[in-house]
Amino acid sequence: MERIETRLRTETITVNMGPQHPSTHGVFRMIVTLDGETIVDLEPVMGYLHRCHEKIGERNTYLQNIPYTDRLDYICSMSNNMAYVMAVEKLAGIEVPERAEYIRIIVVELTRIVNHAVAIGALLNDLGCFFTPMLYGLEERERILDLFEMASGSRMMCNYMRFGGVRHDLPPGFMADLKEIVAALPPFIDEFERLLTENEIVLARCQSVGILPPEKAIAYSCTGPLLRASGVNYDIRKVDSYSIYDHFDFDVPLGRNGDVYDRYLVRIGEMRQSVRILEQAMEEIPEGEVSVKLPRVFKPPEGEVYHRIESPKGELGFYLVSDGSTNPYRYKIRSPTFINLTVLPELCKGNKVADLVAILGSIDIVLGEVDR
Amino acid sequence: MSREVYARLVEEFPGSSLEYLEGKEPAISVKANDLFGVARHLKEKEGYDYLSAVTGVDYPDRFEVVYHLYSMKERKGPLTLKVSASKEEPEIPSVTPIWSGANFQEREVYDLMGIRFAGHPKLTRILLWEGYEGHPLRKGFPIEGYKSMGQEEPS
Repeated sequence: MERIETRLRTETITVNMGPQHPSTHGVFRMIVTLDGETIVDLEPVMGYLHRCHEKIGERNTYLQNIPYTDRLDYICSMSNNMAYVMAVEKLAGIEVPERAEYIRIIVVELTRIVNHAVAIGALLNDLGCFFTPMLYGLEERERILDLFEMASGSRMMCNYMRFGGVRHDLPPGFMADLKEIVAALPPFIDEFERLLTENEIVLARCQSVGILPPEKAIAYSCTGPLLRASGVNYDIRKVDSYSIYDHFDFDVPLGRNGDVYDRYLVRIGEMRQSVRILEQAMEEIPEGEVSVKLPRVFKPPEGEVYHRIESPKGELGFYLVSDGSTNPYRYKIRSPTFINLTVLPELCKGNKVADLVAILGSIDIVLGEVDR
Repeated sequence: MSREVYARLVEEFPGSSLEYLEGKEPAISVKANDLFGVARHLKEKEGYDYLSAVTGVDYPDRFEVVYHLYSMKERKGPLTLKVSASKEEPEIPSVTPIWSGANFQEREVYDLMGIRFAGHPKLTRILLWEGYEGHPLRKGFPIEGYKSMGQEEPS
């Protein structure tokens, strides 16, 4: 007897998500092949914000590139600045005064807190909890951006670091405000956790969704919270201990299951560790110079250099080739989210289409950096 | 450290064209024919499990693709691997079968620099659209593009 199923012909359907989908964090498209509600295949399509940043970087002088790096990952301009100036310092062999190193660590760790607060807010947006958790995050971010404005004159496009230090010393009153804000951070994170960590809807939507095994995470060159949520202990602040990170006592939060929920937990943990670093840095920051004098026409010697830092989203690296002139011969950015997206199809296959936005949200992409 | 790896590589691949490049950051240069074997050896025997960056550089006489390798398990690196490609028909083997993370990066190098990767699962443009003329990161590419604005609307 012929069973009824064999006479039913089923087909997969192709759905275009984006480029103007509310959950894609910018202009990003995914071509999803569905079998019912299950994702069979996914192809990310990007480049809508492409401006050939690297070509512009070759046209500019070394100094002119600093404000351009602000616009890569526009939430974390300070850490972009830091990666680029450290690469140039390595190329030209410039020593940075100790006070400047401390200032850099302070602003970069504040950036990490800003990024993770926004990333968690955006993840909850994607889960359907529209903008209430996001506003909790943004509120804290506003206070920190006020600090950035005090130091650099700009809230988002900070353009604060220079080769051999930072643009200005911290203004009077900065440290007092910083102390107040840092003291208010642990209660803020506690409140966030009280609302979300044990929340039944968050648990149901995030646990066992988008699982990334550690071997796969390494093979796909994943970095940042995405990698560490899979349990791989690899934080470049510890591995390379660049700048003065070896002065500070902090832990690397790790996940166990590598699902969306663990990525959330790792981000919460990293915010707490950043507070620890900030407390130590505020305590120990010395007086002194914040920059070194460089010639007006800056020409690093011939050579090439690769420098990477642990930006809030993962490994941010700059590869510079100098031919001894005022402009870089090659200026390449290893952007963390672009490469983290390589694993997106693998993460999504077999999951339901409703979880796709949650998985994408947990990777935490910024299109300014993906498309460059 | 790269020097020791280089010595072991020379033992493993006698007669191949490996070269040790001194500099601020030492590198190992390899011919395109040997790249795949050397890369697989580096991953499987030397433990370089993490490919950080793939970069294309346009030099006056050649194209160069630079690989920055690290080991996450043993926490070592970077090991810089360089491969040259000819100006006329730049093509080198793809390392995506070895490190899956090379997939998008090789597509980006192909898109912007015009270097082909033989054996890549899907070598298409990634940041620019299909049908775009030229490869913008090449030094000879005019900054305003080959076509004026408006003519270049994506189809």
